[in-house]
Amino acid sequence: MSDHQSRSIESELEALRLENAQLREQLASRKDITQDYPLSLEEYQRYGRQMIVEETGGVAGQVKLKNAKILVVGAGGLGCPALPYLAGAGVGRIGIVDNDVVETSNLHRQVLHNSERVGMLKCESASQSITKLNPHVNVVTYPVRLNSSNAFGIFEGYDYILDCTDSPLTRYLISDVAVNLGITVVSASGLGTEGQLTILNFNNMGPCYRCFYPTPPPPNAVTSCQEGGVIGPCIGLVGTMMAVETLKLILGIYTNENFKPFLMLYSGFPQQSLRTFKMRGRKDNCLCCGENRTITREAIEKGEINYELFCGSRNYNVCQPDERLSVSEFQDLYKGDGCLENSYIIDVRPSHHYEISHFSETINIPVKKLRDMNGDIKKLQEKLPTVGKDSNIVVLCRYGNDSQVATRLLKDKFGFSKVRDVRGGYFKYIDDIDQTIPKY
Amino acid sequence: MVNVKVEFLGGLDAIFEKQRVHKVTVDKEDPVTVGDLIEHIVSTMIKNPNDVCIFIEEDSIRPGIITLINDTDWELEGEKDYVLEDGDIVSFTSTLHGG
Repeated sequence: MSDHQSRSIESELEALRLENAQLREQLASRKDITQDYPLSLEEYQRYGRQMIVEETGGVAGQVKLKNAKILVVGAGGLGCPALPYLAGAGVGRIGIVDNDVVETSNLHRQVLHNSERVGMLKCESASQSITKLNPHVNVVTYPVRLNSSNAFGIFEGYDYILDCTDSPLTRYLISDVAVNLGITVVSASGLGTEGQLTILNFNNMGPCYRCFYPTPPPPNAVTSCQEGGVIGPCIGLVGTMMAVETLKLILGIYTNENFKPFLMLYSGFPQQSLRTFKMRGRKDNCLCCGENRTITREAIEKGEINYELFCGSRNYNVCQPDERLSVSEFQDLYKGDGCLENSYIIDVRPSHHYEISHFSETINIPVKKLRDMNGDIKKLQEKLPTVGKDSNIVVLCRYGNDSQVATRLLKDKFGFSKVRDVRGGYFKYIDDIDQTIPKY
Repeated sequence: MVNVKVEFLGGLDAIFEKQRVHKVTVDKEDPVTVGDLIEHIVSTMIKNPNDVCIFIEEDSIRPGIITLINDTDWELEGEKDYVLEDGDIVSFTSTLHGG
């Protein structure tokens, strides 16, 4: 049995012990109760502070929460704050879909997990945390990647879906499946210091993701948190707002009469602001929720809707094998004693990445700056005065993607002949050659 | 001629010298439409021609960017044909995907 498994069993045991103690307590205190209450005495105590907020509808509202079944797709930056608030509020069943494991680089924002759980499935870690918070919640975990063939089976039976995922592909899939099953989606996203939130397919009358975005963005315009970075509390606030919207949906605050399609935009910097934009309604010509629907359950499950093709992907592999160095070749040729003459190492990462850590013998020219030189060797010589057409140039980036783009620019636009990039980039070098360098 | 406020949100400020809010005067005979404003942005405000494709694709706003006129989806306001008035706020926000 692995450490994680035994820890998970231990914490389950602890939760069961707690529940058992609570049940005994309830049983003991029930002896002289004649009236049948819809909630246990412990639940009255637990939810009292929210039940006395008039907008929740008191006990009736609490019973609605107890009967609610919510599915959270993604236990990351958005899911981590949304999940405990839903559990704390007393949502009866919470499903969690995520097949990723906790990594150290997640923990600055994914605060439902912790340092001891690095390597554990995120859905399992989240389940343990929220079960400890509220043992009344029935938590179901799905350690799978959502796809066209499993989505319907997972979604069926849930009242609302929270889209806490991180790519256009899953966002289209979640919206399409929810429309076909008649489920309302609370959808949000975040990057850097900003976040966005909306409600999709409200009561089968509101707009869906495709109404807002009939055409997906070009793949090179899609930035992930890994690539673009994200401030923990900024995305956390948006995840918290998702929980607020979900509670309002369960409690019936939104009605067909008062619901107006919206998109909220939160900005954390420089001044915090929250804007609510009035959005288009459902579009008659929407392929998923419009009049002539082609994105049906059958079409999705049969794989006729090709989400990969629709959303596309970036093609980084623009270099030939002989244009690339392995990290050990790079080490031997450029980092050792017998360094090649007339050679230059260009690190093409953004400057604020380069500042975190870099090789001292490199020069930083971000790939965007290199592109903006438009192949003018004089502009490059402003940075590297002695570089010439016969120079040996090695290009380095974080993972070995941008360095390929830079290699193409240097060879095809500037006309250098001896340019090679480093496969796997700076991080691969750190992993394989020198683990004392800070990796971020 | 019309004086409006233009905002670039969701990371789009990256191609406008990191400035999110701009006061813009479109010096053209009335009526000035949002379409005219977009042409003005492309021709005078995007300093680097390589960046135009981040904002425009096939003569229109790039998919994934939502355009708002006074905090309302431009689809509800006539899109490019909307006639601007002094003090209008036109916002462009790139859709975020991180989670």
